[in-house]
Amino acid sequence: MHMYSFLREFADSWALISLFAIFVGIALWAWRPGSRAAHDAAARSIFQYETKPASGPVRADGPEKGA
Amino acid sequence: MWDYLKLGILGVIAVLAAIAANYAHDLAYMVNAVMVMIAAAITFLVVLRGIDEPKTVNPLEYMDDVVRAGVIATVFWGVVGFLVGVVIASQLAFPQLNFEFLQGFGNFGRLRPLHTSAVIFAFGGNALIMSAFYVVQRTTAARLWGGNLGWFVFWGWQLVIVLAASGYVLGGTQGKEYAEPVWYVDILITVVWLAFLAVFAGTLMRRKEPHIYVANWFYLAFIITIAMLHLINNMAIPVSIFGSQSVQVTAGVQDAMIQWWYGHNAVGFFLTAGFLGMMYYFVPKQAERPVYSYKLSIIHFWALIFLYIWAGPHHLHYTALPDWASTLGMVFSIVLWMPSWGGMINGLMTLSGAWDKLRTDPVLRMMVVSIGFYGMSTFEGPMMSIKAVNSLSHYTDWTIGHVHSGALGWNGMITFGALYFLVPRLWSRERLYSLSLVSWHFWLATIGIVLYASAMWVSGIMEGLMWREVDANGFLVNAFADTVAAKFPMYVVRALGGGMYLMGALIMAYNLWMTVRAQPAMASSHAAVPAQ
Repeated sequence: MHMYSFLREFADSWALISLFAIFVGIALWAWRPGSRAAHDAAARSIFQYETKPASGPVRADGPEKGA
Repeated sequence: MWDYLKLGILGVIAVLAAIAANYAHDLAYMVNAVMVMIAAAITFLVVLRGIDEPKTVNPLEYMDDVVRAGVIATVFWGVVGFLVGVVIASQLAFPQLNFEFLQGFGNFGRLRPLHTSAVIFAFGGNALIMSAFYVVQRTTAARLWGGNLGWFVFWGWQLVIVLAASGYVLGGTQGKEYAEPVWYVDILITVVWLAFLAVFAGTLMRRKEPHIYVANWFYLAFIITIAMLHLINNMAIPVSIFGSQSVQVTAGVQDAMIQWWYGHNAVGFFLTAGFLGMMYYFVPKQAERPVYSYKLSIIHFWALIFLYIWAGPHHLHYTALPDWASTLGMVFSIVLWMPSWGGMINGLMTLSGAWDKLRTDPVLRMMVVSIGFYGMSTFEGPMMSIKAVNSLSHYTDWTIGHVHSGALGWNGMITFGALYFLVPRLWSRERLYSLSLVSWHFWLATIGIVLYASAMWVSGIMEGLMWREVDANGFLVNAFADTVAAKFPMYVVRALGGGMYLMGALIMAYNLWMTVRAQPAMASSHAAVPAQ
């Protein structure tokens, strides 16, 4: 089989299916039960450290002490 | 030690550029070589003067001086790009403005790529680089990685702009739309872009905040994809090392497909993904509310990444491109409606419960209108990619109208919003100089865009219909020149709309200048950005 025909067939079968499956997997992962708290924390994370970097590592559940 | 090495490298570059200018085969190459020589010499002097000064960096401060420089460059190139746009719009309406004494330098054909590159890569590029540097520091709670590499990115990008712009006017172009810069400028772009990637990714890697905020995902996708597009679309072999001409490696329909794969993804990743990064940071910040749905922003991101890259073939309907490829491009363009509108809803709904702020905050109003234009132009685009619609719209002014509702409405307005957000913070001023001037800017720009887009709709659909009109015997009714004559009133309205948009940008420049100039710096320390 020619390279072109092979690539064409591969692209519109296995490549398409696997890309679509990865995308569906990401969507399911984003909507997994119990993720709300983590996503809300991420969405609010932009309201810290406006003027200065953190002096040490930040805990996942909130700003460092004394920040 | 490193400084001495830098001096050596800069000296070699200056000498090589001088030699190149001497042997130059064409004017564009010679002028560019002289510019490189001057740039290397200036940098040499700057490095030399600072050679024994102790360099101290406070890791507990953000690196904001390079962002401030980026803000200034964004405003400057914005005004320049809009001005050239108004000039060429007037040239189309009144061909006498292609002055005889400027033939070969200042006529429409030479100025048009100057306009597109100035607004996309100079205005938009500077806006993206400076906002990426600002956002990545705030969302990772870490200082910018790489020390002066950030400055290299800033000045390198300005050099790219100046080389490309002067080259266009003097005839140095490789004739690829939105990828006009010639081979040696392409190499410089690659170097600067990889440095940009290093600074951005390096900052992400030393982040203090464990989660990588979604704006950074969009910025990172923009940087990586543009690198890939740039490298593949600019595969060319120079005719001579002393000339600006080069020969493209691919030819014919392959080259056309690569060009529009590049061209459409320049829209998708430069003008969309990058600016969405701005939206996901600056809109929640200005509204003082977190983004409406963080889950939706994740879906928005991945859907955009998975879909956009396939949409390019819709630029090549009814050409030598195989039919399956152009159908593929059309289908993926239509599917793109979904993430685009998901993103628009996410941006707009961030204001839910705070809609009253629109009455008092013209900056937020600007951002909301920009999201509205994002939704509108991402509705229009897929519609125009449908083959039946494209057979009417392609090669007409409708396309130009579509591009400008996206570029002026979405990219321009979100950038203005970000600039109004940033300047008081970066220069530690309590507020903007004048909110009523922001309102003036808002209305001039909005009405200008509406005039522009509606003039181009009328003109584009009219000329599309005139081109396909046949009489009872199957003969074409209109000559091409008939459509040109019929478009004249719309061209005047378009130039007027562009002029209003430019006026708004000038008001913004004045307002931002006065914000820094005429207002006292904030005395308190809590929000002050230490001056360098």
